[in-house]
Order: sequence, then C-alpha cells, then structure tokens
Amino acid sequence: MTGSSTIPTSRLSWFEAGARQRLAALVDPGSFMEFIGPEQRMISPHLQIFDLPAQFDDGIVVGAARIDGARLLVAAQEGRFMGGAFGEVHGAKLLGLLHAAQALRRDLVIAFDTGGVRLQEANAGELAISEIIRAMVEARTAGVRVVGLIGGRAGCYGGGGLIAGCCSTLVVSEPGRISVSGPEVIETNKGVEEFDSRDRALVWRTMGGKHRYLIGCADIFVDDDAAAFRDAVIAALGRPAGFDGVRLAAEQARLEHRLARLGAGRDGRDVWRSLGLPDAEAVPELSTEAFRREADACRETADDAR
Amino acid sequence: MKHWDTKRQARQARLANGTVHAAGKIVAADALVAFLEAVIVPGDRVCLEGDNQKQADLLAHALAQVDPGKIHDLHMVQSGIVLPEHLDLFDKGIARRLDFSYSGPQSARIARMLFGGKIELGAIHTYLELFARYFIDLTPQVALIAAVSADREGNLYTGPNTEDTPTVVEAASFGNGLVIAQVGEIVEHVPRVDIPGDQVHFIVDAGKPFYVEPLFTRDPAAVTETQILTAMLAIKGLYQPYGIRRLNHGIGFNTAAIELLLPTYAERLGLKGKICTHWALNPHPTLIPAIEAGWVEQVHSFGSEVGMEDYIRARSDIFFTGADGSLRSNRAFSQTAGLYACDLFIGSTLEIDLTGHSSTITPDRIAGFGGAPNMGSDARGRRHPSPPWLRSGQEADPDTPAPLRRGRKLVVQIGETFGEGNAPLFVEALSALALAEKLDLPLAPVMVYADDTTHIITEEGIANLLLCRGKDEREQAIRGVAGFTEVGRQRDLKMVERLRERKVIQRPEDLGIDPLDADRSLLAARSIKDLMLASGGLYLPPSRFRNW
Amino acid sequence: METLRFELATSSPAKGSRKIALVGVVASGNLEVLLEREGPPNRCTIEISTAAHGFGPLWEAVTTDFVSRRAAGGLRISINDGGARPDTVSLRLAQGVRLIEGPDA
Repeated sequence: MTGSSTIPTSRLSWFEAGARQRLAALVDPGSFMEFIGPEQRMISPHLQIFDLPAQFDDGIVVGAARIDGARLLVAAQEGRFMGGAFGEVHGAKLLGLLHAAQALRRDLVIAFDTGGVRLQEANAGELAISEIIRAMVEARTAGVRVVGLIGGRAGCYGGGGLIAGCCSTLVVSEPGRISVSGPEVIETNKGVEEFDSRDRALVWRTMGGKHRYLIGCADIFVDDDAAAFRDAVIAALGRPAGFDGVRLAAEQARLEHRLARLGAGRDGRDVWRSLGLPDAEAVPELSTEAFRREADACRETADDAR
Repeated sequence: MKHWDTKRQARQARLANGTVHAAGKIVAADALVAFLEAVIVPGDRVCLEGDNQKQADLLAHALAQVDPGKIHDLHMVQSGIVLPEHLDLFDKGIARRLDFSYSGPQSARIARMLFGGKIELGAIHTYLELFARYFIDLTPQVALIAAVSADREGNLYTGPNTEDTPTVVEAASFGNGLVIAQVGEIVEHVPRVDIPGDQVHFIVDAGKPFYVEPLFTRDPAAVTETQILTAMLAIKGLYQPYGIRRLNHGIGFNTAAIELLLPTYAERLGLKGKICTHWALNPHPTLIPAIEAGWVEQVHSFGSEVGMEDYIRARSDIFFTGADGSLRSNRAFSQTAGLYACDLFIGSTLEIDLTGHSSTITPDRIAGFGGAPNMGSDARGRRHPSPPWLRSGQEADPDTPAPLRRGRKLVVQIGETFGEGNAPLFVEALSALALAEKLDLPLAPVMVYADDTTHIITEEGIANLLLCRGKDEREQAIRGVAGFTEVGRQRDLKMVERLRERKVIQRPEDLGIDPLDADRSLLAARSIKDLMLASGGLYLPPSRFRNW
Repeated sequence: METLRFELATSSPAKGSRKIALVGVVASGNLEVLLEREGPPNRCTIEISTAAHGFGPLWEAVTTDFVSRRAAGGLRISINDGGARPDTVSLRLAQGVRLIEGPDA
C-alpha cells in the first residue's frame, strides 16, 4: 500500500488557517466589508493591566459579505490570539453583529475558534456570552439563520460551546472540538482515571468532530478544507429558518431521549456501538467519505429540533 | 603460583549466589532486589541500560531499592541518564562514580548533583567513545539490559529498539561480566535471536514492555517559516552544489523541514536521485513523504521510533530488518557509519562562539553529548573518496597537491539566530567555559569543535568556514550570519561584504531564494495526520501527537 | 507594556495604492503588523507595543535594516508584539509591504 507523497497545495486547511484566511476562503471574492477594522484600533482596555499585548481587532473579525451571491453577515474568531477567548470588545463586536443581523434580517455565519472567556476580562466576557445568547435567540426568532463553523485549533469551549448550542446549524470537521469544560479542567476536578487529558484520542472520542456529528450535536461534517466549509455554509443557508417554543420543546425532548438512549456509555466507542456503527474502533481512522456514509446510516440527528 | 582465571571464578561465584534466587535463568520480579544484592559487589562497574530511547526501567527501579549498607560505591557506566532512578542511586549512596554520554531529561538535576558533589564524574563521552571504553578500561562487571522478550534459554529478542544492547553484552559477557536482562515477556520461541542465550546469565519477566520515549518525532505543524528558509538554504546552498547523497540529520525542526522539503522544493530543483539517497538516521516520521516519493535508497538506524514499527516492516527495501520483519537498529554501527560512511552531518546547537566552537551546555543544565561530537567530526582515518569529500578538502586547503590532500566531511550547524526565549545563538564566550571552571574540568564541554565545523546556516545565509583564511575571516564570516544578535551587529561591514564577494558568505538572494517564498505550503506534510496519510495508514502516531 | 517609535528616512515610497494591510497575529513568538498610508513619501514611521522591555536597540537595528531593503516610504506601521524573534519581525514587515503593494483591495 503506498501513500501519497505530497498534499495538493491548493487545498486550504481550515485548521491551519487564521481568521482572515478563513473568511477570505468562505466569501465571494472581493465581497467582504469589515466592520470596526483593525485601523480603528478598538483594542481591549484591560490587557495592558496584565502586561499582555492587545490585537487591533481584539481577536475577532466581523463584517458583511456575500456567499454564493447571498448577502450575509460574517464573523471569524482568531484562535491564536488569547486562545480565541471572549473579552469585552471581542464580545461586543459579535453582539453588535447579531443585533445588525436581526435589524437587517440577514443570515449570519460565525467561524468559532475559542477556549471560552478570557480570565483577564472574566466579568465582561461572561456578560457578553449571556448577551450574545439572548441576541441569538431573538435574531433566530425573527427568522435569521445562524450557522456556526467549528474546526480550529482552540475548538469551541466554555461560553463558546454554549453559544454554539444555540446556532441553527453547526458545521464541524474532524479536528474540531465542541464542549464546555475543557479536558484539563475535567481531569483536575475529577481525576485522571475519569479523564486523562493527555490521551488525545480520548479527547477527540469525547469532544471531537466525528463524535459530535454522530450524536447529533453537529449537523454537517466536512473535510478539514476551507472549500468544504464554504459548501456546507451554502447548504446550511438552504435549510428552513425559525425558532419558537415548539422548536425549543422538540429540542428538550431530543436531548432527553438521547440521554436515555446513550447515557450509559462510558466512552465514545460505547456510544457509537449503541448507535449501531459496524466497527467503533475504526471510526477515528475512517476517511471523511467513509465516515459520512457509515454515520448517516445511524447517527442521532437534530434536524427537527435545532 | 599466579592464577589467570580470577575474574572467571568471580563470575562463577556471582552465578552461584544468583541461582539461589532464580529458577534456571529466570528470576521472579518480586525476588529482584534480593537477587541484585546477591550478585552485585560494592565498587562494581555497572552498566544499567539507559539508552537514548529504551530504558531497563524495572531493573533501575530495583537497583534503587537495594540496601546501601550491602551495595555501595558502584561505578555506573551507561549511555543515558534518563530515569529519575538513575540519579536516585547517587542520592542514596548506592552509586558514587559516573561515566556517561547523554542526560537530556535529567539535565537540571544532574547539574545540581554534580555541583553539589553527590556524583564523582569520570567523564562525559560521545556514544561511540563510551562503547569503545567498554572494551578497554570501562568494561562492565554487571550489565542490566532491556529486551522485548526471551525464551527460557535466555535467547533475547531486542526488536526495533535494539540500540546499544549488542555492544553492552559483547563487552560484559565476553569480558567476564554478568548479563541480566529484563524482558516484556517470556515466550516459547523468540521472533528472532538478537542476543544468543549463552551470553545471558539471568532474565526477569517485567510483565510489561520496557519504557521507551518518542524522541525523534517532530510535528510538521510546528515548523516555522524561518526554519523552512534555512532548509531551502541547506538544500540549494549545500546539498545541491556538493552533491550530498550520504548523510545524517541531527534531530531538530530545521532538519525536519529539510526532510519535508525534499519531495517539493528539492523536487522542483531536479535533485531526486542526486541527493539524500543513503542515510544514517533514526526512523523520523518526517522522512516518510520523501521515502514514499522515491528519494531514499537505504536507512540505517541507531534506534527505533514509537509508532513507526508497522511502516518499517512494510518498507524492508529501505530499513534494516530481521528475518522476523521488524527493524534491527544498532547504535554503535550507526555511529560508525556517521563517522566513516556519511559525507555530511547537519544539526542544531544552542551556542556558537566567534571561533566556531558550539555547545549545548547552559549554566544550570548539563545535557551531555549524545552522538553529536562523533557525527559532527571529521574522520581522519577515512580513505575512500567521494565528490563532496574531495571538494571540501580542496576548499579547505587549495595549496596542497591533490594526491596528498585529504577530503573533509561536511559538518554543518543550522539554526535561527535567536533561539528559545529569544536567546542568541551566537555568543562571545560559551557557557561551557564557565561550567568547566565550576566543575574543575580540564576541558570545556564543547559539542562540535570549530576545526570540524565546515558551514553555519542561519536565516541570514550560509557561512563557509572552509574558505576562510585566518582567524579574522572566520570571526567575520560567523558575525556575517549572526543576524541581529550582539555578535552580528558588531560585524565589520566592509570585511563581510568582501567575504560575500568571495562566496564565503552567501545570502538567500545570492542563491536565488526569496525569504518571502519560505512558507508552509512548501512542506510535503503539514501535520502529523498528513504523515500518517502519506504512509498509507502504516505510521501510528503516539497519542500526544493526535488531533483526531 | 513598552512603546517604541521610530521615524526613519527611506529611499523610495511604497508602491501600489492599497490603503491598509495587516499581517500576522498576536500570539507567543509572533506579532501583528498594521500598515497604513500616511506621511511623506520619504519617511516611514514604525510604532511598536511590546511586553518585552529593554530591547530598544534591537528594534532599532531591525527597523533600520527593513527600510534599507524595502520601499517603505509613506507608511505608518503599527506593531503589536507577542515576543517575536527578530527574524520573524523582519519577515512580517516584508510580508506587510508586499501585501500593501498588492492590487487594490
């Protein structure tokens, strides 16, 4: 069996790309207009107290663009700056974007890459998370779709994970991770026997893209490829919009049912076996195509509930 | 009447004492401490297999538990000080004197213990040098070794991580010493016989595999643009013009970048088949794309690398394998190969001074030498010619008539001008000098000497020391590639320009390389997962490198 | 945080007509460089915000070398430094100039 010796350089790895590169790959060429760009120098008012460098866009790029001709609002977190974590300005930019989405009745795409809230701006960050969740629910109630993309180095943790749970559609790739508590936090609080955070295969079986897709936490699974994320966004924008009490009740029922069905599993592999996957051990090694084929036959879905 | 078999008699006595705690050759794990107290004698020279990668961890743990009242003043002779137990022996008074080669994982603690007088230092060696002394004046009286499995006769399978074991056993067993092996399991038939049973006196079943670390895996995701630039310089500025086919890469990100640029950048230069065909190298995962693309004819390895076992099995044309199909590594022979059969060594260091001496010693860490002094030295005993060897010799000494002019092995130091924590690579005086004073050593621990070093590559360019005439030219050639370090900023600008005209210094632009072209899209693999895919799924990366 | 500012004479102005360019990210060992068109065509202003104190002479050497190699006149360059090495700084500055020279955004 021979492997490939080179990888096609035209493919942009979503995992490797920065926030601005991801946006450039997602949107129609030349269609992006940034709001509160770096030249405005809207930086964090708090970081200098800790002798930490600021970033001109405070780690999130927001603006308007077109994707496949459709006019949208877009946001991308820079996972390499402060772990993509929410601070006062960072949170305000996303919040403002959500308000704009509601006012303009434009759909919104968020490329998540966040460890949660910045310790240095904890109060402002937590407030921002709460305000963002409220704004997202209000926007969705007004008919706006919010599509979340998760596949970066920082994953989507803490408050970011909570926000992701409120999106209309979530697109995830294999390197992506979605959770609230991070692996190290779980190990510190519950012990290494419960969760060995250095066992990275375990981390991905518990929080990674394939697992999330299988249990219906994420809706579309793609290759680690910016072009694939763009295609997924276009597909997601074709799904019905809307959000009301009926949908919330359906979501609650879905989660209760899922817990009852799969809650006894000790490890991701147990869950996958319960779902009916033919070879749970092999899941992490499956190619994107092979995985989607097997997963689509038996995965938990959220389609009527999200 | 003089007796000429005293050592043999002494070994017989040890065997008799040991047999009390054994069934045939097999010692039970719970009898191990008592057994060691019975067969070891105070003051013994003991080789506890601390290789670069594998460790006889069960034996180390047991030895650290012996009663210092019974076993004390041991003289430890071993390649690597790696496990905490290796130093616990000295803390507890079980061992007193040490001769070794490498102490990377214990570099801080061993420094403290040496400064504090808890260890009597024989010397720090390079691997091949220590092996050599096993046969002359440091022959182990007891060898505590690690193997994968054994049969009841004591035939050992050491497998992919054979490393130092045959060398240690040769010296100990044939030098009247006792050989005790820990094994992961005892089996009916070993897959192949790496060490014949009549060289082995006792075995203990550890019930699990010996400790081994993945030391030679470098994540392509961590390779920086500057490292890619230095890799481009190495390929276009050295490998191509000198025609380097036979070589060794010291471990590091700069050399990993070179390996990852072969199927891409070097391919575009039309170099396949012309460079990098024969290697003395551990099974670096970053070499996989080059192997798959047909660059590599043969690799001999010092040891193995965790996760590479199945890939090696499936590539027996490339690697040295036994009848059982698994890798056979051998540090002593790979080190010899690096000395005599390779035309280039390239590696990284922490400090380079104005003469060109390099060292990895820092004020509070003593990592030892490992293999670099040997691999990075010119073998004056070499006699067979090769084009790069002859060319280097001519550059170094154009005046001697060719038939009497020895060639030179290329010895290259490669790195960024500023390293970890923005510490400058180039210094006025090596930290090693301060250490020599502190420990009262006759020699400062220099890793590679200036007169062995032929080239230095940084992001600022290549300095060819072979073309330097005199101390001043050498100093300015070094300053001329020292970038914005203090050393670099104090260069004589006029002299550096003259050196550049003579191609003693070559800048990227002189070689047609634009630093802005050094980006990660040039890497044949950009992640550990890419390496796994390039291997067709045969490479199984250890957990710590996964993001899936 | 330490703030440094250099006003440097340049040989030629930056080409192209792009108004702003941004390269890099504020992460450990990295830096962000914002380039804007401002000031006379024979001068380049470079402002640096860094948590690593006392490296003024080094920044001066790097920035002086930069303007001697690249056409950087008429630019205001603002840097947020995450502890980058000088070779990374040089690289980002060069990348920034190449970006701002690019076709109109």
